[in-house]
Amino acid sequence: MTVMTLIQAVNDALKHEMRRDDRVVVFGEDVGVKGGVFLATEGLQAEFGKDRCFDTPLSECGIIGTAVGMALYGLRPIPEIQFLDFIYPAFDQIVSEAAKMRYRSGGEYTCPMVIRSPYGGGIKGGHYHSQSAEAYFCHTPGLKVVIPSTPADAKGLLIASIRDEDPVMFLEPKRIYRTLKQEVPEGEHVVPIGKGRIVREGKDATVIAYGAMVGICEQAAELAAKEGRSVEIVDPRTLVPLDEPLILDSVRKTGRCVVVYEAPRTCGYGAELAAIVAEKAIEYLEGPIVRVAGFDTPFPYTLDNLYMPDARRVLRGIQKTFQW
Amino acid sequence: MTATKYLSVIDKDGKVAKGKDPNLDAEELRRLYRVMVTTRVMDERALVLQRQGRIGFYVPATGQEASHIGSAYALRDSDWIFPSYRQPGIPLLRGAKIDHLIAEWYGYEGDICKGRQMPVHYSLRSIHFVSVSSPIGTQISHAAGCAMAMRMRKHDGVAMTYFGDGATSSNDFHSGLNFAAVYRAPVVFVCENNHWAISVPVSAQSGTEEMAVKAEAYGMPGVRVDGNDVLAVYRVCKEAVERARRGEGPTLVETVTFRMGPHSSSDDPSKYRDAATVEQWKRRDPIQRFQRYLQQRRLWNEAFEKECQESARATINEAIKRVEATNKPAPRTMFEDVYMTMPPHLQEQMQDLLSLEGPAAADEGAFPL
Repeated sequence: MTVMTLIQAVNDALKHEMRRDDRVVVFGEDVGVKGGVFLATEGLQAEFGKDRCFDTPLSECGIIGTAVGMALYGLRPIPEIQFLDFIYPAFDQIVSEAAKMRYRSGGEYTCPMVIRSPYGGGIKGGHYHSQSAEAYFCHTPGLKVVIPSTPADAKGLLIASIRDEDPVMFLEPKRIYRTLKQEVPEGEHVVPIGKGRIVREGKDATVIAYGAMVGICEQAAELAAKEGRSVEIVDPRTLVPLDEPLILDSVRKTGRCVVVYEAPRTCGYGAELAAIVAEKAIEYLEGPIVRVAGFDTPFPYTLDNLYMPDARRVLRGIQKTFQW
Repeated sequence: MTATKYLSVIDKDGKVAKGKDPNLDAEELRRLYRVMVTTRVMDERALVLQRQGRIGFYVPATGQEASHIGSAYALRDSDWIFPSYRQPGIPLLRGAKIDHLIAEWYGYEGDICKGRQMPVHYSLRSIHFVSVSSPIGTQISHAAGCAMAMRMRKHDGVAMTYFGDGATSSNDFHSGLNFAAVYRAPVVFVCENNHWAISVPVSAQSGTEEMAVKAEAYGMPGVRVDGNDVLAVYRVCKEAVERARRGEGPTLVETVTFRMGPHSSSDDPSKYRDAATVEQWKRRDPIQRFQRYLQQRRLWNEAFEKECQESARATINEAIKRVEATNKPAPRTMFEDVYMTMPPHLQEQMQDLLSLEGPAAADEGAFPL
């Protein structure tokens, strides 16, 4: 075990896989000499050379388009999109090409690749360095969507994603890149895609959260405990495919459900979570399913602390499930 | 027709200027001709099937046979093709099974794509013919990426990609050419300038009359060639392919040709272009031109023509019969190949569908709108 930040765990996973498999290549804007704007790819070019870790022209469309071509040819590309807010020029390549390739070719051609991108707010990044765009990708059949919330999960899930045979959107909660330090297993460490985790056990209400919201929910759970309420926190870790049994078992046990996500509320991924719980566990519910989310506004700069769900908003959400 | 110059090899009488003939082997020349004829016959048959309601849609390549067949002929069979939806002669050139093409039109169980795509969106991995999609230009950057991978792996392959004049407006044209040039990737970009992007003429597509000039801004050679002259296209592409294989980087080839038919079975070009222009281009038909060349070289006669036409028709008609005797893919195939293994939510949705009782809704959907 070594104590690492989330960004160091990402770096460790990349190095581990690049050493193991020479088909793995890492590229994107500033990922070479500089090692990425967040240093996720620090040291990769020095160790693996310019053929396996390289800077690209400033074109998200080209980064993903060429990644598709590399994956078709048999490489394991890991393109980096510097901020998720800048991914939209590549949207067509992700949604129409990478995600559809296996299906449309009857399984002849596949696109195993991991699109890594920092996402999320709370870092004073304004509209263009703060968005949580996960729902667009969850809505696209053919993609897997993975979001870690701890350094150990970041390493284990990234390794699993790189070994996966399908395209994976690996979204890294940049707000907690360096705020969280944790022991991370050295060497081989795989966290399987499609398996969530219970962050904290409780019996009165279930809070479902992923990415940087997990820590916020832990704070809220402490506040709720002071009110005598025992909160269970579930982190799905993988949005697609989803560990439904873990979520439904928890809700069936507690009878209450709060869904927390920092993206705009309408049609956010949490809406899907709420729908699943309503369809499959409504007979266990003792109160309404409550969504605590970002607002349906563009992401603000100065007021980003008010935009982001915080512990008091999550606490209010928990309280609402009891007021029934 | 544009006034600007480009390379031609065969003149209108089938004669070749001294030193320009690539001197292909006689049997190979006859094979090329046969592939071009079969491609034309396939278009004719498919459009009839579409009119008869037996297939849903079709995209003809009539008039562009020399452009795509001549260029692909410059490759090794192991080189990769990133096509658009208008290069049906390449699978024939590379020996794909005709049943695979025709089963794809029908979307029946013998279709490699399992009925998941509209007609002509082939995927033929056995001949390195990458799955076709409808969005314009997306394959351009795939070819660049594939070629980058070939270079990284120190393989001596070449990627060739096809697109029309309309695609030069796309994001992927820019990023594909730019990436390929920056990494000196072994790729040949074949822009088939057929003068029309559905109803929009090339003059409304680009501020430049020639597409090949765009290459200069990316730092690669751009070559303009007579796209209705199979030997000229072959010569130019052969040079580009060899250049790529030597590690000297990408080339943009513009084949100047003409879409003699509609954009697709849903289109009526008489609404937006005049018949006189079409007639003018008909006189430059790539197959007739090549035929006159073969005649000059005593490689063509009426009997050969008859045999080419009849065997093409027979091959296609027999395949149609075989395909029509098969069934639609099983319902469960709709849920397969979304991922390598079917995740639980798709298994659940599949069970929901398969457990329904009573007849399914009538299959009445018809393209176009």
